[in-house]
Amino acid sequence: MSEATYAVEMRGIVMRFPGVLANDRVDFDLRAGEIHALLGENGAGKSTLMNVLAGMYRPELGTIRVHGLPVELRSPRDAIERGIGMVHQHFMLVPSQTVTENILLGLDEPRFRMRLPYYEGRVAQLGQDFGLHVDPHCKIWQLSVGEQQRVEILKMLYRGANILIMDEPTAVLAPQEIKDLFRVLRGMVTEGKSIVFISHKLGEVMQIADRITVLRKGRVTAAGLRPADTSPVEMARLMVGRTVLFRIEKEPKSPGDVILAVEGVSALNDKGLPALRSISFQVHAGEILGIAGVAGNGQPELAEVITGLRRCTAGRVLLRGQAISNRPARIAIEGGVGHIPEDRREVGTSPNLSITSNLILKAYRKPPIAKGPSIDRPRAQRRAVDLKAQYEIMAPSVDTAVRFLSGGNLQRVILAREISAGPGLMIAMQPTRGLDVGAIEGVQQMLLELRRAGTAVLLVSEELDEIVSLSDRVAVIYEGQIVGEIPGDRCDDERDRIGLMMTGHYKEGAAQPGQQKDEGGQRGGT
Amino acid sequence: MPWRVQVEPRIADVPRWLPPLVSLGALLLALVLGGVVLAMVGGNPLRAYEHMVKAAFGDIGVLSDTLTKATPILLCGLACALAFRVKLWNIGAEGQFFLGAWAASAVVLAPVLPGDAPRVLMLFVMAMAGFLGGALWGFVPGLLKAKLNVNEVLTTLMMNYIAIHWNNYFIFAVWSEQGFQMSRKFPTSAWLPRLTDYAKQVPSFAGLTTDLGLLVGLIAAGILWWVLYRSRWGFEIELMGDNPKAARYAGINIARNTILVMMLSGGLAGLAGMSEISGVVHRLQGAISPGYGFTGIIVAWLAKLNPLVVVPVSILFGALILAGREIQPSGIAKLLQGIILFCLISSEVLLRYRVRVVRVKQA
Repeated sequence: MSEATYAVEMRGIVMRFPGVLANDRVDFDLRAGEIHALLGENGAGKSTLMNVLAGMYRPELGTIRVHGLPVELRSPRDAIERGIGMVHQHFMLVPSQTVTENILLGLDEPRFRMRLPYYEGRVAQLGQDFGLHVDPHCKIWQLSVGEQQRVEILKMLYRGANILIMDEPTAVLAPQEIKDLFRVLRGMVTEGKSIVFISHKLGEVMQIADRITVLRKGRVTAAGLRPADTSPVEMARLMVGRTVLFRIEKEPKSPGDVILAVEGVSALNDKGLPALRSISFQVHAGEILGIAGVAGNGQPELAEVITGLRRCTAGRVLLRGQAISNRPARIAIEGGVGHIPEDRREVGTSPNLSITSNLILKAYRKPPIAKGPSIDRPRAQRRAVDLKAQYEIMAPSVDTAVRFLSGGNLQRVILAREISAGPGLMIAMQPTRGLDVGAIEGVQQMLLELRRAGTAVLLVSEELDEIVSLSDRVAVIYEGQIVGEIPGDRCDDERDRIGLMMTGHYKEGAAQPGQQKDEGGQRGGT
Repeated sequence: MPWRVQVEPRIADVPRWLPPLVSLGALLLALVLGGVVLAMVGGNPLRAYEHMVKAAFGDIGVLSDTLTKATPILLCGLACALAFRVKLWNIGAEGQFFLGAWAASAVVLAPVLPGDAPRVLMLFVMAMAGFLGGALWGFVPGLLKAKLNVNEVLTTLMMNYIAIHWNNYFIFAVWSEQGFQMSRKFPTSAWLPRLTDYAKQVPSFAGLTTDLGLLVGLIAAGILWWVLYRSRWGFEIELMGDNPKAARYAGINIARNTILVMMLSGGLAGLAGMSEISGVVHRLQGAISPGYGFTGIIVAWLAKLNPLVVVPVSILFGALILAGREIQPSGIAKLLQGIILFCLISSEVLLRYRVRVVRVKQA
């Protein structure tokens, strides 16, 4: 019976990365001819599970059946032979080649002579059949992101895929393109294809999916729900969870003056698409403002605009009343803005330079480290030795190149540098991401220490638990806007509402907050 | 096989003594490979090398010639070392050399200063002109790189040809001496002082052609070392070279520094051009460089981009050029240069990976 109904059955999949259990005995079924959404936060294990199905990873344990037959998928080639194709979040296309050339890349046919016109005809026909309109002899770089995605889908269809995995397909698309994509996906299902749709956006999932499976921290929290049988609130809770928080001792503190004021700031991302849309908020001295949100909603761009690393197209950023937006990054540094960047290896440190050099990355300009036109190396060395001891940076010596340091130690180098500068404002981006439990606690204590010292802290994190336990206020960012703000002491009761806001399903004022809150409280009690 | 060679990435700091040892090893290997080639063409490698050493260092006279040859290589090597530290691949030192030579000549030939101007003033203005000429040739690729992210390898390479032909235009037409492809000889006020000029005071200097350019080169090496290893600006460009994103994050003006580095690099190569025509050739002509600018690339690498090490390495290469005239086939010296660079770049692998011989357990 299962042969007839199930395209894919995955049973007890266990996938482990160093230090992380990405999939913990996960079961997943895909019925033939359905769109099955895989919902979960960043790092919940959605992509990992699907990479297992696409032959990219080999699971430690577990079995996979495709159309009822047990299979072992050793490589993407194995997977595509069984009709499984994955469209990755980051496209794998050669920009200088045409659509057809990209589709043919890596295939056995054509053998030697390209016969491009013939294959262009086939690609055009395939596009016609599935409503994926794209000019087969255009070069990839001439195409919009939405069109490139169509090429990726065509690539899989051309290879005979009838099980299609779409990894966060809407993350890079404009609203109109999302509509088109949904139309195409619907069309493909009626042609007999089966689709897995990976997403963390609740609204889209409710709209497109026939069934929904929710993952949280590598485990299935709900399997095969129908959108009609569930509600956004329930979905959000299944996704974000309700864990017992580490109680962090945080003495009450009344915030001081406004240190940072962001006023109607808009900015574009690297692709030139709007990342921030007229965003406004303030951070006071001695206060932690937590910015909660799912990745890709403008968080890095926000930090970059404040620190002078990205231009804003509208609005302004004020530091103690002085405009610092659209000015050199040095102005923000000299104004006392500390910045713990999201990417510690690529941005926060310089790999082949010593710990000492990395610790004076910003301080080299001013005395006492600067001595006229030169750098006081002995003094820099002494400071590095002190900071290494104080921040417990584990390394053979301060002359060690930082590329040899572990993630936690690297983060300590960055924290030592940024905190010892005595910042008036600290922009902390994902400060605990990828760190182990002990290191996480240390970092969180340092942020609280900053708060105690009267620093204004802007904490951006995808870990809702962390935001809730540390912040005095929580603002939720969605598609470059603050969609709601909740006082820190009410966050626990309002988790459902935060979850909805994060997934774009709730805007303040769009529904009755009171009602939402009551509902959340009831569910929390059961 | 009971033994197996295993190559694994280094996960700890490279010990300090290793890089010089590896470079020396690469140099020796290059000499051995060169020896094989010499033997294949029927020569005795050992005797050939012995002869080459004698030809370059045999007595004070040839030593002086070696140093004279080393001077432009030294300045070009410094030019490349500076740019390469910032990962700006300036392979246009040759063109910058030519433009420096041209600009310095213009001071005499345009003329900017009359022929009877005081020697100190004349030489100073020529040096400035040479530096600025080279700096201009570095500025253009630097600006294009900083503002439009144009690949500097292409622009600097192309601009070599422009510089050489620009130079040719002037020696064929504007400054041609009676139709010969060279300018008139410079007045002595435009000559850099040579050791032999002081033979009256110190008789043993007679016939020694080493000129003041060498001293300029040595001072430049010292200054550049200080700038790179001790100054704040040196820290900025070190950071830029290692991780531009971190440099931007630290508030460093990358565009400005890119242009500055390219200008300073070009300026040093331009100074080499000035020193060569003012100290050795004493006129502007076509064949003033046997590829000093390109040799500078090899020298910079061999010196691991350390200005102080550039000094001995450029002397070695000056010797190779000089000795190359003494042995047949005459291409051997160039061939050796090529083999040395090849071995050297390959040897970098040993610094990034460790090679271990492990015993394979018998089953």
